Amino acid sequence: MNHYYGDYGGQYVPEILMPALQELEEAYEQYKADPEFTSQLDDYLENYAGRSTPLYYAKNMSDKYGIKIYLKREDLVHGGAHKLNNTLGQALLAKFMGKKRLIAETGAGQHGTATAMVGAKLGFETMVYMGSKDVKRQLPNVYRMKLMGTEVVSVDTGSKTMKDAINEALRDWVTNVGDTHYLIGSVVGPYPFPKIVRDFQSVIGREVKEQVMKVEGRYPDSIVACAGGGSNAMGIFYPFLDDKVNLFAVEAGGEKLREDDKIAYHSASLATGEEGILHGARTKVLQNKDGQILESTSIAAGLDYAGVGPELARLSETGRVKPCYITDMEALEAFHELSRLEGIIPALESSHAIAYVMKMADSGILGDTVVINLSGRGDKDLQTIMDMEE
Amino acid sequence: MRISQKFEELKDKNEKALIAYVCAGDPDPETTPSIVNALVEAGADIIELGLPFSDPVADGPTIQAATCRAIEAGMNTERYFEMIKDLEVNVPLICMTYYNLIYRQGSKNFVKKCAEAGISGLIIPDLPLHEADELIEICKEEGIDNIFLVAPNTSDQRLDAISSKSSGFIYVVSKLGVTGEGKNISSNVAGLLDKINSNLPKAVGFGISNRKHVEEMVAAGADAVIVGSTFVNIIASKDNVISRLKEITKDLKEGCR
Ligand SMILES: Cc1ncc(COP(=O)(O)O)c(C=O)c1O
Repeated sequence: MNHYYGDYGGQYVPEILMPALQELEEAYEQYKADPEFTSQLDDYLENYAGRSTPLYYAKNMSDKYGIKIYLKREDLVHGGAHKLNNTLGQALLAKFMGKKRLIAETGAGQHGTATAMVGAKLGFETMVYMGSKDVKRQLPNVYRMKLMGTEVVSVDTGSKTMKDAINEALRDWVTNVGDTHYLIGSVVGPYPFPKIVRDFQSVIGREVKEQVMKVEGRYPDSIVACAGGGSNAMGIFYPFLDDKVNLFAVEAGGEKLREDDKIAYHSASLATGEEGILHGARTKVLQNKDGQILESTSIAAGLDYAGVGPELARLSETGRVKPCYITDMEALEAFHELSRLEGIIPALESSHAIAYVMKMADSGILGDTVVINLSGRGDKDLQTIMDMEE
Repeated sequence: MRISQKFEELKDKNEKALIAYVCAGDPDPETTPSIVNALVEAGADIIELGLPFSDPVADGPTIQAATCRAIEAGMNTERYFEMIKDLEVNVPLICMTYYNLIYRQGSKNFVKKCAEAGISGLIIPDLPLHEADELIEICKEEGIDNIFLVAPNTSDQRLDAISSKSSGFIYVVSKLGVTGEGKNISSNVAGLLDKINSNLPKAVGFGISNRKHVEEMVAAGADAVIVGSTFVNIIASKDNVISRLKEITKDLKEGCR
């Protein structure tokens, strides 16, 4: 099995994890076509997650910005983000593999919450690692996880965000690899994670294909998604890779695209990162000249990551996906704009995708019909925003 | 000095090797040479010098903290090589680091610098064998050993592949987990050592923290023991560091005789 996307991907992990990655790859290849597995997953997606999600024509926004704008409503998935598509798939796989315990990292707390849900539903002991900075800015999600019986471990090392939460989850996995599944939350990490997560998230793009055909009779000119690790982007892009549709991955431009020896004041690893190895994969990484990983920055905890999925790195290298970025302030404006125009409060992560469309609607590069992946809802961000605006 | 030469010397003396890990630049770049000198003077046979990486996923809290201190204090790749060039110890030196720091310099360039600085081997905990083909070739050209790790859950098939591609010695991880001082060492290590089909010396590491552990590992068939966090904790304590390092090194080395 090829573990690479061009030069990106691979398995840069301690030897202890090799049996687990091999076991996971074999189990995934076995069960992904197993009727018992797929029918259970489909049932969960429909009746637990609430799929399919609407493709909503945002008329007020369209009128104002002069192009047709559709929102893929992943904010309506149970839990409030696309994350549950992946956690249902992986947790069911872990169940079929006989694992007893789930661990996960989380940035915004959305993936942690989605892991807590499946942990409760499918009867796993569940532990979520979260950077202490993220614990502070996403408190409602911390409480949600606890309510569902998940133990939340606050990680106080490094940048105290998702990068460090992944480090800690990997250390846990190395220690408890026999009975534990590491339920990674994005298309990052060693192979086969980038593939598994992309496949489970591709339900988004498959639905869009059908839905947009029904209302427009054709595919959109462009699809726009925010990219932290890249799972909602890969999920909506993947089924369209061979079609004539422009794909835009919007990263967090943070405060500005400035870096020093320790800190990047943004999280735009596709747009500005350089090739390196982080969390088990060769990919685009924010790093200094020695190869030390930089602390990333973003108003959106879920985008605040120094790496990006290897397949997305490959697709942006070949030009199939166009990387771009939006600053904290632009994202914040879009957050308000969508709330006022459509009565939909978007997650700060998704606000980056919305901001990009607002900014570029006039330029012509998006064409006249656009689908935005509205990856999550904004309730979790209200405290952050209230604090900022005080 | 080559690693193989050291093991031959020890074999003649009927001794096992004590391999001491410390993180370069901990607590600061100026102090590391005196720490290395103390370890060697007191009996360490091989020195493993960590080149600190921001995200050391195979390390527990003790070495993570050392890594932070070292980076804070200004240790970086360039200073690392300069410092090693200036060391005046006659034991094999091994560079322990994570793959991104090597990849970033270009593997060829990095390995060349290792050779120039007098490093004899590389340990890269996040570079498993099947990702290492290019590096192995480069290391061969430069005469640097590639020390790969095996773990209690490594399959027989991988054990054989790793044994055949390793050079210097084989790093036997004593437990599933990360580095850090341990209470007990699993009795299963003997079985793992037995299963490894190789003429290379076998060095057991992870959790080895006192003389009793060392003696158990020697009895289990180890040719060397690797001790890290115990030294790093002494360095972190800032209390009488050099003399305490010497004292424990002597004691651990006694266990190798
Ligand atoms: C709502 C939302 N969107 C996007 C992301 C970013 O993740 P990814 O790039 O994997 O979709 C997150 C991550 O937490 C999120 O919560």
